[in-house]
Amino acid sequence: MKICQFTNDIIASFNQQPDMLLQILIKIQRQYSFIPQQAITQLSKELLITEANIISVIGFYAFLHTKARGHYDLRVSHNITDQMLGSVKLTAMLTDKLSVQLATPRKDARVSVDLTSCTGMGDQGPAILVNGKPVVGLNKKRIEIICQLIESGTPVKQWPAEFFQIKNNIQRKDILLSDRSDNGAAIRALLKQGAQKLLQQIEHSNLRGRGGGGFKTGLKWRLCQQATAKQRYVVCNADEGEPGTFKDRVLLTTQADKLIEGMTLCAGVINSDLKRPCKGFIYLRGEYQYLYESLEQVLQKRRDAGLLGKNILGKQGFDFDIKIHLGAGAYICGEESALIESLEGKRGIPRNRPPFPVTKGYKAQPTVVNNVETFINAALIAIHGSDWFKKVGTEQSSGSKLLSISGDCARPGIYEYPFGTSIKQVLVDCGALNTQAVQVSGAAGFTIPVQYFGRCIAFEDIPTGGSFIVFNQQRDLLDMVKNFSDFFADESCGFCTPCRVGSSLLKQLIDKVHQGLASNRDLDEIKKISQLMCKTSHCGLGGSAPSSIMDTLAHFPQLYQQRLKNMNNEPVFDLDAELQQARQLNGVDNV
Amino acid sequence: MANKIKIATASLCGCFGCHMSLLDIDERLIDLVKLVEFDRSPFTDIKTIGDCDIGIIEGGVANAENVEVLREFRKQCKTLVAIGACAIDGGIPALRNGFTLKECLQESYVDGIGIDNPMIPSDPELPLLLNKVQPIQEVVKVDYFVPGCPPSADTIWTFLTELIEGKPISFTYGQIRYD
Amino acid sequence: MSTFQIFYLNGKPIPFKQGETIMDAALRAGEYIDHLCHHPEFRPHGSCRICMVELDGKSVSSCTQPAIANTQVDSSSDEMIEQRRSLLQMLFVEGNHICPGCEKSGDCQLQALAYQNKMLSPHFKHFFPKRALDASHPDVIIDFDRCILCELCVRASRDVDKKNIFCVDGRGINAKLIINSPGGKLGNSHFSADDKAAQICPVGAILPKHQGYDIPIGKRRYDQQPISEVDMDNQEKDQQK
Repeated sequence: MKICQFTNDIIASFNQQPDMLLQILIKIQRQYSFIPQQAITQLSKELLITEANIISVIGFYAFLHTKARGHYDLRVSHNITDQMLGSVKLTAMLTDKLSVQLATPRKDARVSVDLTSCTGMGDQGPAILVNGKPVVGLNKKRIEIICQLIESGTPVKQWPAEFFQIKNNIQRKDILLSDRSDNGAAIRALLKQGAQKLLQQIEHSNLRGRGGGGFKTGLKWRLCQQATAKQRYVVCNADEGEPGTFKDRVLLTTQADKLIEGMTLCAGVINSDLKRPCKGFIYLRGEYQYLYESLEQVLQKRRDAGLLGKNILGKQGFDFDIKIHLGAGAYICGEESALIESLEGKRGIPRNRPPFPVTKGYKAQPTVVNNVETFINAALIAIHGSDWFKKVGTEQSSGSKLLSISGDCARPGIYEYPFGTSIKQVLVDCGALNTQAVQVSGAAGFTIPVQYFGRCIAFEDIPTGGSFIVFNQQRDLLDMVKNFSDFFADESCGFCTPCRVGSSLLKQLIDKVHQGLASNRDLDEIKKISQLMCKTSHCGLGGSAPSSIMDTLAHFPQLYQQRLKNMNNEPVFDLDAELQQARQLNGVDNV
Repeated sequence: MANKIKIATASLCGCFGCHMSLLDIDERLIDLVKLVEFDRSPFTDIKTIGDCDIGIIEGGVANAENVEVLREFRKQCKTLVAIGACAIDGGIPALRNGFTLKECLQESYVDGIGIDNPMIPSDPELPLLLNKVQPIQEVVKVDYFVPGCPPSADTIWTFLTELIEGKPISFTYGQIRYD
Repeated sequence: MSTFQIFYLNGKPIPFKQGETIMDAALRAGEYIDHLCHHPEFRPHGSCRICMVELDGKSVSSCTQPAIANTQVDSSSDEMIEQRRSLLQMLFVEGNHICPGCEKSGDCQLQALAYQNKMLSPHFKHFFPKRALDASHPDVIIDFDRCILCELCVRASRDVDKKNIFCVDGRGINAKLIINSPGGKLGNSHFSADDKAAQICPVGAILPKHQGYDIPIGKRRYDQQPISEVDMDNQEKDQQK
């Protein structure tokens, strides 16, 4: 099919709406392995968006390209957990065998290989995305087979099914994962109690956001309910991008019904007068695109059962439906206002606040954005009541928390714990031995040394979105710090000065330390830049980017000290490296 | 005489404009030499540097010889001063930093307009060029920065007198300039 | 009936109306807070972070933060100056800001703020990016080396000129200004030297041609007087008109 025709069909399927730009681009990218210029021109004409604007949206998302990728487009997950499982060597083997350079498609356009941020397969890595589909459990043998399949031109659909088998690895269940309530139970509770009573239940339960922020869910819903609106929106943040977390993947796989139930409940609460329509979105990260079909099926099943759509469970005027929007490789879109920008088809730049999304969110209308796990918990509270919920956890952190455990332990996977469980307990349960440190809450989280293992997972102690990476005594924690500083430099949206420049300066400085080419002055610089970013960044990404650096500097100073080339404040200047080009040109060795 | 403060100066990859500006303090030079004695400097034509109190560096670091001179200055001087745009941020010569060395030399000695006998010089006497022109603080620790292209004579005078008197340096608004 | 409330900027009482930002209230009261991406004629942007102040000890950007009654706002302590200087230094090392070779020198807000905050060197390691110059337009030149991504041209072209000629592409340190035209050159766009976007660049990135040195170096806006005084004087003159 001609590019113009294809583009027009896609545009038509999205009713020619400019805010569908990102969704349209994702479809074009999938068809052509890039966004051809003809498509950009066509989009510009039909959607009335400038070409430069379209290019700038493409340029923001790592999975979109203006130049052709290979027929097989591979993205190796580059999280520290993948690295601990040998991804660096396997990537070298892959590029070697395929005779391809990283980030440059092979000349015959057969294949391209790139690195990508954590793909959410930390318990079964190393992982790789093949034309968007995750292949897990990479090893030498799998790499060899993958190379053969690529060279023989075997369509990805015909690749061995076990390559794509993603395990749930649920290792410990608590109130959430062991719940067996019927579909619709939460909505029935809502209809029985009424929106105000139900909201009181949510407030009384002290449910707090499970994405890591910990904002009180009941208050969020109430603020949204009270805001004046033409329309209200319910958004599920399924952009699980924090390195090392994968619990939302498992929830989307095993608890989709309950998630949608929680969203429907939210719609019923925030839109209690039922005078205006209410719409929902699931913002699904691009890495989890393989879950799209099954989620659509759940949505359809619920529409058929009268649990979604018009007059839900027969209640006149209770209309609510959900669309799935895909992300395209941008960690920052996990930040709620960036996510909303992305939902509107734009670059995912976090907004200035106030106003907050509860009053001005999607299309400047009141919007609730909650994490997958939060919505499911809300549904459970509706069914079982707030007292039932408060029995679990601590005074300030009621309920349970799902942890995604990976790294050096015998049994990685999903563990659901009551809040208040100690790090020590978690480590025993997952079979971690000789643990040196745990990285809790991902790259933006906390590096916890042995002396703090008595501390607990709770909002008042160690809050977390769910990532829990274990490092044993043999690991070099500076590998982690380097991996995270690369990650933040890649993922900074570039909007504000301290994060745009600071994250790249930090990356360079950490590289310098890692290579043993730093002096004490560089450490001072690292501290100075870290503090500046924490204090002056526009959003939480910049504010938390230096956290693993600051934590390891505080708890593991020897990691840095033992690598210093100069213990004083004299800079390290590598003259040989700086003369490399001249020597090459002259073919001489003199200095 | 023995208690005079010893100053050394050098121009690395610069234009000697900062040195000229130092001379622009005019009759105040007489006051200055009452207080200081110049060691290695283009002013004295002394080629080697002894123990000094203050080293003043003009120009960025563009080649291996610049590195050697700069490191020698750092070793011999108690206080090291970067003077002028080039020493501080590479200045005009750093315009080449967006290009590879090969591209620069190719354009200058081979592809440029009006070049006879095109060839990239490779005489072993010539110091090797660095990949990039670097501010001097990338190579050695720098104690003070005096910006300007060049800094005005007044700026230099304020700096030197306050430094010698052991005061904190307090430039007035117009004395801090980058052009 | 007065609807004004008061907050204190460096100890001075500043009246404000409900919803007004710290920046707007301060400027109206004749108190300057350093800023780059902010422009009174445009909606607050909040990207440069130069206007960060402490509001009762909490770090906020004054161009986006609504003023709060009876709070203490600090913009002038040594820590604030040091912080601003560091942010300015980041902007200097990110691009190629070679003031001795820039037509805008003396008239440049980035430079003027650096003067005002006594920046003696750019301190951080330079990125020395390679960015091409665009001289394709007959009346205006764009030197991307000096772009600080304040997006004032983006906003002016979109909101005032209604031409939407500029936008920011890429992300992180690779974020860059691009031009909406065939081939991405300014000369192929509908840009005009009369556009608001042609006159709003705070640095030497978007420059009119043929008038670079009409006003000699040394006699320019910020050569003799700090930007805080120049801006406040201009505001006063505007008000008298």
